[in-house]
Amino acid sequence: MVGLRFEPRDTPPGSAALRREVRAFLAEHGRGWTPEVRGRSWMGFDRAFSRAVGARGWIGMTWPRRYGGHERSAMERYVVLEEMLAAGAPVGAHWIGDRQSGPLLLRFGTEAQRMRLLPAIARGEAAFCIGLSEPDSGSDLASLRTRAERVPGGGWRLNGRKIWTSFAHLCDWMIALVRTAPAERDGPRHAGLSQFLVDLRLPGITIRPIRELTGEEGFNEVTFDDVPLPEDALIGREGEGWAQATSELAFERSGPDRILSSYPLLAAAAEAAADPVPIGRMVARLATLRAMSLSVAGMLEDGRSPAVEAALVKDIGNAFEQAVPERVRDLLDVADAPEGLRRLHAYVTQVAPTFSLRGGTREILRGIIARELGLR
Amino acid sequence: MREDDPGTMLAEQVGRLLAERSGAATLRAVERGEWPAALWEALEGLGLPLLLVPEAMGGAGLGWRAAGPVFQALGRHGAPAPMGETILAAALLAAAGIAPPPGPLSLTANGGERVPWGRHVRHVACCDGETVALCDAAGVTWAPGANLAGEPRDSAPPGGVVRSAAPVPERFGGEAAAAALALLRACQMAGALAAALDLAVEHAGTRRQFGRPIGRFQAVQQQLAVLAGEAAAAQVAADRACRAADRHGLAGAAFEIGCAKVVAGEAAGAGAAIAHQVLGAIGFTEEHPLHHLTRRLWSWREEAGTERFWAARIGREVQAVGGAALWPFLTARDEDDDTTP
Ligand SMILES: Cc1cc2nc3c(=O)[nH]c(=O)nc-3n(C[C@H](O)[C@H](O)[C@H](O)COP(=O)(O)OP(=O)(O)OC[C@H]3O[C@@H](n4cnc5c(N)ncnc54)[C@H](O)[C@@H]3O)c2cc1C
Repeated sequence: MVGLRFEPRDTPPGSAALRREVRAFLAEHGRGWTPEVRGRSWMGFDRAFSRAVGARGWIGMTWPRRYGGHERSAMERYVVLEEMLAAGAPVGAHWIGDRQSGPLLLRFGTEAQRMRLLPAIARGEAAFCIGLSEPDSGSDLASLRTRAERVPGGGWRLNGRKIWTSFAHLCDWMIALVRTAPAERDGPRHAGLSQFLVDLRLPGITIRPIRELTGEEGFNEVTFDDVPLPEDALIGREGEGWAQATSELAFERSGPDRILSSYPLLAAAAEAAADPVPIGRMVARLATLRAMSLSVAGMLEDGRSPAVEAALVKDIGNAFEQAVPERVRDLLDVADAPEGLRRLHAYVTQVAPTFSLRGGTREILRGIIARELGLR
Repeated sequence: MREDDPGTMLAEQVGRLLAERSGAATLRAVERGEWPAALWEALEGLGLPLLLVPEAMGGAGLGWRAAGPVFQALGRHGAPAPMGETILAAALLAAAGIAPPPGPLSLTANGGERVPWGRHVRHVACCDGETVALCDAAGVTWAPGANLAGEPRDSAPPGGVVRSAAPVPERFGGEAAAAALALLRACQMAGALAAALDLAVEHAGTRRQFGRPIGRFQAVQQQLAVLAGEAAAAQVAADRACRAADRHGLAGAAFEIGCAKVVAGEAAGAGAAIAHQVLGAIGFTEEHPLHHLTRRLWSWREEAGTERFWAARIGREVQAVGGAALWPFLTARDEDDDTTP
């Protein structure tokens, strides 16, 4: 018997009250958000907003207090995240730190690294980006070539290039996966990789924003030219970078950000639609995806590692998010829609292709599922 | 659902029993119009019919959360007997204070048209708005019919013998039979999709072309991954509807039941297509067991409200709520607001 089991999981008691707090906060801060801001969702970067979220205690919610966290449950955090996404809040300045950089440091960082960075992330002040992809290494990440070499007397020297790094031009820190030992012929390709904490103000770093098809600047090319990294820039253990980086993938892949990216458009269209059937289909799908995503969040909270379940939720979640702008065209004549809705639709249509690329492409995710089915 | 859940344990028993005692031959016989007497007795022996009947009335007193996995297990094996219908009919009758009679039961919400297994059951729970009546099925001159899977769907002439009738409590609602049947079919589809996935994966691992198992081809792998996603979505939607039925009553869970019927129905269409593609020509034969699952998937998605029917209901409800209030509406469905100021 193949197939994966998703056990139902409830949000915790008190969720309704927490939602009310977040909604009141969003109503206040969201007054000026344009359709494009809402359509950009977690790919929108707004430091002032992130500081306000941090001040409310909604970043690093599950982390220990001594690191600036709030010791709340993973499910409470889930509630806050989905409220932010449903409103189309520009959470990008703290999203990566809260979702993966912070948890990574908590798990593998030194005490000094944690004390230095986690409280700043939780306040919404330290912004992180993800340094994985390179010009010649996308899906085949293990082939990456950026390298760090030990410098006699301590520290490391970083050389190479990362690309598609979201918000690098606006961030303070990058967590980069780089090679610290050459891949051995016939050896495991994932060996010899390590993770580094890169202060983006260091000399030798050139950050070049890359214009997206929307005309905006979101992702970047980041070049490292003999960048001097201090000894304590290494995260976790040398050579363990692959295992460390992939251990967070279930967190990264199953969250509400993999099903709600186009929610603001769905909500806006629901009201204007003439035909209830496509709306009903989408809402049925969305309600089910939420249950699946919550189920994975529950497994994570229980200390399990539902990597395959997370890949599956991301795959069908992305397919749903991506279908919304197309389905909406069946619901109403977009060309004649009110201006706000038309702009939101136009924006989401343009960014929707990224949903099944970022964080692991559709084909890579389906490969993970197929492996679980015993096919590869 | 935990291992020690009564629903999970019962579902395992049902699964084992059907794996041993049912199969393609039984399904073929049922499709020819035969009654699987021995199998029925074995299923009855597990104590299934009174699953949802309160303990005070001699039942197991379990809820929809326990029934869901049992319905899914039945669907996984093509539901070769009307056990799901019997469980539902007994629940509705008991809710109205009518002691469910022994033997196979069915239920109808439309005055006796296309009653599941009508000619084979002893009694039918006839639901009409807020009333449920216990009607005799034996002795009725059934006009035999079948869905496209060959499952009996028989019509009775009006004016049969009514043993007793009573109002259905509010928690079950005026559409209790229709909602219960939709929930049953959604659960069965989730089970049948899991079984179709099993068959397709097994075939992909054994059928060789171009010198290797076809499952080694990435195009095939990707399609099976999609099928796995659809099967999982159907299962989650069905589980969620069962939990909602326990929480809000059948009447209050119409939204989640509708979602489950829509998602499982969509998964049935997409999933059956993939399974057939992977199986190739052998899957189109009468001899191969795949069609027992896929023809049921195509049948069950039409019964108790199509995707279109339920989606229209959900869509109208959502439109009445409005775009801005949609998100609060969705989250409140699953949460008890224990702290209203
Ligand atoms: C908006 C956006 C933001 C991003 N932000 C970041 C970021 O912050 N940090 C970062 O590191 N990266 C980021 N990325 C990069 C992202 O992770 C990559 O796009 C992704 O990993 C795919 O790599 P690629 O674009 O090089 O495509 P490729 O790997 O070249 O793939 C191209 C196509 O080929 C398919 N393909 C590749 N290999 C296989 C295979 N073995 N089998 C079947 N099909 C295959 C892919 O599925 C895809 O459809 C971002 C991307 C986008 C679009």
